[in-house]
Amino acid sequence: MTDLQRAFYDVLVIGAGGAGLRAAIEAAEQGARTAVVCKSLLGKAHTVMAEGGIAAAMGNVYPQDGWKVHFRDTMRGGKMLNHWRMAQLHAQEAPDRVRELEDWGALFDRTPEGLISQRDFGGHRFARLAHVGDRTGLELIRTLQQRTVALGIDVYMECTVTRLLRAHDGRMAGAFGYWRESGQFLALQAPAVVLATGGIGKSYKVTSNSWEYTGDGHSLALQAGASLVNMEFVQFHPTGMVWPPSVRGILVTESVRGDGGILKNSAGNRFMFDYIPDFFRKETAETEEEADRWYTDKTNNRRPPELLPRDEVARAINSEVKAGRGSPHGGVFLDIASRRSAEYVRKRLPSMYHQFKELAEVDITAEPMEVGPTCHYVMGGVEVDPDTESSVVPGLYAAGEVAGGMHGSNRLGGNSLSDLLVFGRRAGAAASAYARETDAAPLREDDLTDATREALAPFAREGGENPYTVQHDLQTCMNDLVGIIRTAAEVQQALDRIEELKIRAKALTVQGQRQYNPGWHLALDLPHMLRVSECIAKAALEREESRGGHTRDDFPGPDPEWAKINVICTADGEGIALKRQPLPVMPDELAAIFEEH
Amino acid sequence: MTTTLPPRRPPGPHAPGRATIAARTLRTDRWWLQPAITVAVLVAFIAYSTVRAFENAHYFAEPYISPFYSPCITTACEGSSFPELFTGPSWISPALYILVVPLGFRLTCYYYRKAYYRSFWMSPPACAVAEPHRTYTGETRFPLLFQNVHRYFFYLGLLFNAVLTYDAVLAFRDERGEWFHMGLGTLVLLTNAALLWLYSLSCHSCRHIVGGRLNHFSRHPVRYRLWGWVSALNGRHMQLAWVSLVGVALTDLYVRMLATGAFDDPRFF
Amino acid sequence: MSYDARLRVWRGDASGGDLQDFTVQVNEGEVVLDIIHRLQATQTPDLAVRWNCKAGKCGSCSAEINGRPRLMCLTRMGTFGEEEVVTVTPMRAFPVIRDLVTDVSFNYEKAAQIPPFTPRQRDADGNHRMQQVDVERSQEFRKCIECFLCQDTCHVVRDHEENKPAFAGPRFLMRIAELEMHPLDGVDRRRLAQDHFGLGMCNITKCCSEVCPEGIHITDNALIPLKERVVDRKYDPLTWLGSKIGLRPKD
Repeated sequence: MTDLQRAFYDVLVIGAGGAGLRAAIEAAEQGARTAVVCKSLLGKAHTVMAEGGIAAAMGNVYPQDGWKVHFRDTMRGGKMLNHWRMAQLHAQEAPDRVRELEDWGALFDRTPEGLISQRDFGGHRFARLAHVGDRTGLELIRTLQQRTVALGIDVYMECTVTRLLRAHDGRMAGAFGYWRESGQFLALQAPAVVLATGGIGKSYKVTSNSWEYTGDGHSLALQAGASLVNMEFVQFHPTGMVWPPSVRGILVTESVRGDGGILKNSAGNRFMFDYIPDFFRKETAETEEEADRWYTDKTNNRRPPELLPRDEVARAINSEVKAGRGSPHGGVFLDIASRRSAEYVRKRLPSMYHQFKELAEVDITAEPMEVGPTCHYVMGGVEVDPDTESSVVPGLYAAGEVAGGMHGSNRLGGNSLSDLLVFGRRAGAAASAYARETDAAPLREDDLTDATREALAPFAREGGENPYTVQHDLQTCMNDLVGIIRTAAEVQQALDRIEELKIRAKALTVQGQRQYNPGWHLALDLPHMLRVSECIAKAALEREESRGGHTRDDFPGPDPEWAKINVICTADGEGIALKRQPLPVMPDELAAIFEEH
Repeated sequence: MTTTLPPRRPPGPHAPGRATIAARTLRTDRWWLQPAITVAVLVAFIAYSTVRAFENAHYFAEPYISPFYSPCITTACEGSSFPELFTGPSWISPALYILVVPLGFRLTCYYYRKAYYRSFWMSPPACAVAEPHRTYTGETRFPLLFQNVHRYFFYLGLLFNAVLTYDAVLAFRDERGEWFHMGLGTLVLLTNAALLWLYSLSCHSCRHIVGGRLNHFSRHPVRYRLWGWVSALNGRHMQLAWVSLVGVALTDLYVRMLATGAFDDPRFF
Repeated sequence: MSYDARLRVWRGDASGGDLQDFTVQVNEGEVVLDIIHRLQATQTPDLAVRWNCKAGKCGSCSAEINGRPRLMCLTRMGTFGEEEVVTVTPMRAFPVIRDLVTDVSFNYEKAAQIPPFTPRQRDADGNHRMQQVDVERSQEFRKCIECFLCQDTCHVVRDHEENKPAFAGPRFLMRIAELEMHPLDGVDRRRLAQDHFGLGMCNITKCCSEVCPEGIHITDNALIPLKERVVDRKYDPLTWLGSKIGLRPKD
């Protein structure tokens, strides 16, 4: 194969967001020859969109905060479906992961004592999000990017992996992909591969996610023989922009509510007080007066219901809009203008101010925003060992959004950035340790030939459909039928449509040539999107209860039996096989935390 | 005999590998207006000030002195309140000895540099509009390397501001040297001095000197506060540069009108 | 609400290309990137464009719209008249790859040359202590989303390809300023800024500040202060003497 660029590494990281870069930094620091492959330019990964902050129980603002409280909040936010060990490691290690960012140049906002300032967020008992205004993700990605450059790690920018390569004995051997710029193919050989490809949001029409979020990692892992856990749990962020149509779905940070913003319906009512679930009643304010006092006195007051976990708020907004109490463009009102000074808003929420001004011509210091739920995050992902992030395939690791288990059925705001850092580092360490002890497996030439043929297939076909149409139909299908509220009939309908779309996707035709051809790129991303969508729909049909990011209209409440079960997806030929698997049991000393706190 | 010259590209954003677009700019707005205004105002000022500097007359009308001629340092100066440091050739206007300081301060000023690089040198005339030059070295070599002495002109400019403030104070005396006088000219001189202070204090070098060079503001609270004030002024440096420039010319014009008798100074008390 | 807009888009690659005319539907509230996407989905599926977040946060969709360097996702079609022809070209300071996509590797090469951040020791309890007032200046520069529009508009390299080896561009001179003002950093990059990264080439004509989508005051807050720091180090005999005889400890 003359057209094939080859390179050899110890650790290959796929994805250059927070998890990928943190994994690469760790692997390189431990002496592994490391490369990062990413679909975009370095520093553009979706992590850049994270706004609010990094959750870490550093106790800089509330000394009574500690890992146990953070652990408890995370588990309760995930409705106890989280892998307890991941939640524990996450809560314990997050503060160190934040501190080391400062050694690499990050500049967080400060407390008067000169420590890292921490802000309030939904579901967190204490103010614990380390932040930089409302652009924390940018700070995180830039810091890790600059560290990556300083360490001299090889970065393959604008390069898409289409297939993971395995050796004859089943362990990882490397990855096959193409340069977006030239369309040339490359084969990267490495005994250890870390998936850090992020999420799946691009399968939905209204989403806060960028085009990159096509579920590549989930799909590559399935194809390589790994399993996915709890794919039915998709988080709809309660506050996305709803108007103008072209920006529908773009995120409005939770910090708006953390910093005093409230939700109102068209009648001007603060409707969240009507949606407090029993599970959180004890810790949520009952009156507006108490809620308002909480911002200044957290010890004697309970938190406002606007700061309930995201699944609760998203469902409440959905109900209000359905009941006809929505805003003119089909959302609800998020109001900070009438509650905080213009100067405060501009200082605390500069990107939001800028975003609404530029994109919607709305001055958020003077008028309320219109917001509604938007697909934001997938809790499900590759099933991994909590300590090493290793999948069931030897040499294949996963960290960040592409990994599952950590967040249970619903992720708390701020826990994503800390997840990236904690498990990115663990994956990088485990991968480099594994690579040290393992010989590189040779790549199978027949695999390479097959991968090349598969990638070029859309050019060879004639008279087929345009990939944009298929993508659009998939997004509409998932949004309408496997969205925030689900029923068996609708999900089944979605599965039928996905089968049709799979057939259409096989017959796509691509115009033009290989050099930077977005139509071709999309044609190669579509099978991933379809595979992941099928997992979500199948798992959603399987789990007959409502919990966290999975709401079944036909099974409206949580079911204690389902609380003990994970739904596992594996590849089965062209389709997906499901199985139920018992949840790992939490040791007694951790279970006791829920009684203490 | 033929010689082959390398193909010469037109100046502008053209280089092998870049998008082939012939236009010097694709801007559709009136990008040329700003540099044209700058040229017009600066040429008018230079013409007026050159005439006045060489005129060597009508710069003093008791108790007011034109800012173009202050401090007046030769024995040939009109009036009597000046440091008569030396006697120069009578054909050299006393203004010429001193104008180098305000001229140097403004010429090396970070704002004026932008203004004249854009408008006179067209480097570039406006953003994303190609400049006409084939080569460019910026401020890396003689003579533009000397822009780096701006802070020394700033220090000297402060001395001049002190002198012009002194002139404004003296303008509270009447023709006979008696205090408690104030005319429109006093107000003119005061305003001129105030604008010059604001322009000088809003200078980027000043901002650096009072605090900008520090890395830990928290250890220098007084300088941090000063830096904050200077920074706020610095945000208006461009406006102050223009207003104070026009102010100096108008002040001179006012004194000249008094000195030639074209106008009588209205007296407040 | 909708209308048909006339669009001129540069299409081609390093070997050549031209401005091509299209008519595309525009709906209320849409930005230029929406229109480019509609063009892709309906008329030119292989039109190359680089983009990511479509919310002005990642800095991928840099281009030139009616000759002005802009982010396509932040340029609303409503700012143009319905009859106006809207011209979209790739950034003109960088080599083109295809259509609206340029090769921005120049920027990544410059980034890699800057001596990295080198912190002082942590305090005994494992924390770094910094006051908010001490981090604010560098925080402004860290708002940079690396869209490279400032690099594109800067005439030093836009109009003079030959200057690229000697000039890092506003984005990376600002990065040096950020590190110089960073309260924890211990490396002096002032001489390098002038001698290796071409600060002296900057003639402070402020186009970088004009095009910055984040509104960073690149010239006033980064480049000029850095020039002044370089004067301290290289051109001011008094501060030089002061630092030699210990009157001016480095803060």
